[in-house]
Amino acid sequence: MENEKNHIIPYRTFLYVLALLITLTITSVAITQIYLGTLTVVLALLIAAVKSSFVLRIFMHLKFENKIFSIAVVAIALLISVVILITFLDYLYR
Amino acid sequence: MNSTPKIHRDDLASKTGMWFFLFTEMLLFGGLFIVYSVYRFRNAEAFHLAAHELSIPIGTINTIILLISSTTIAMSITAIQKKNKNLALILLGITIFLGLAFLVNKYFEWGEHIKEHIYPGSAVLALRGQGDVLFYGLYFFMTGLHALHIIIGLVFICVIAVKIYRDKIRPDNYVLLENSGLYWHLVDLIWIFLFPLFYLIT
Repeated sequence: MENEKNHIIPYRTFLYVLALLITLTITSVAITQIYLGTLTVVLALLIAAVKSSFVLRIFMHLKFENKIFSIAVVAIALLISVVILITFLDYLYR
Repeated sequence: MNSTPKIHRDDLASKTGMWFFLFTEMLLFGGLFIVYSVYRFRNAEAFHLAAHELSIPIGTINTIILLISSTTIAMSITAIQKKNKNLALILLGITIFLGLAFLVNKYFEWGEHIKEHIYPGSAVLALRGQGDVLFYGLYFFMTGLHALHIIIGLVFICVIAVKIYRDKIRPDNYVLLENSGLYWHLVDLIWIFLFPLFYLIT
């Protein structure tokens, strides 16, 4: 069975991504210690989103898989965001 | 890359199945995040104060532990692709060790709260008001569900390690290792969002 394209990611790549992820974690801890109001929430979630995109694309190989997987993951993220948006429209304007 | 021709094997299908399962997991936690955001919005003050009681250092250490464990399991796939069985096993061993370390930290963290009579259903917590009850209810439920996923992931990885040791998972047939990796990364992914929401945004 020729199932695999056998894309081998070098060890180095993973270590670079790890360094980046740890840096982003420390950055988000540092940022949230400063009081920035609503901006804190936005920044913390933005950093979380960047971190998860690296985990998804490199660790979970999405970058090297069929595009349909990435599309599905984005669709689920959008679905959750839209439901949150609609829920808040309800709570804010009822 | 030849396995026995008679045995049908479809790695892509196997991975697709794993991804479908992960999608349901994302929606499960997604639903909880929606509940969290609404309760937070309605009890902003209480959530703000309650979140201050969580230990940011422990949370940060646990985040880094999970990130490293995700890296080691990802690297073990590279190791098996390069036919380096021993390195793959060592990397999985490190992953399992880090997963256990995460749980030990969680145990002490929960222990501290429970010692202060903060747990779902506690009378002391009920006196502190609705917002605190909701915050800690969600905190214990979501981190608890996440810890349950860690335990399942650890069992999964142990099974995979035994299969590698017995040459059931080989350099030409390692989709199971990839699937266990995907599961472990998902657990990491969920923590990436749990950590800022419960510990950082106060």
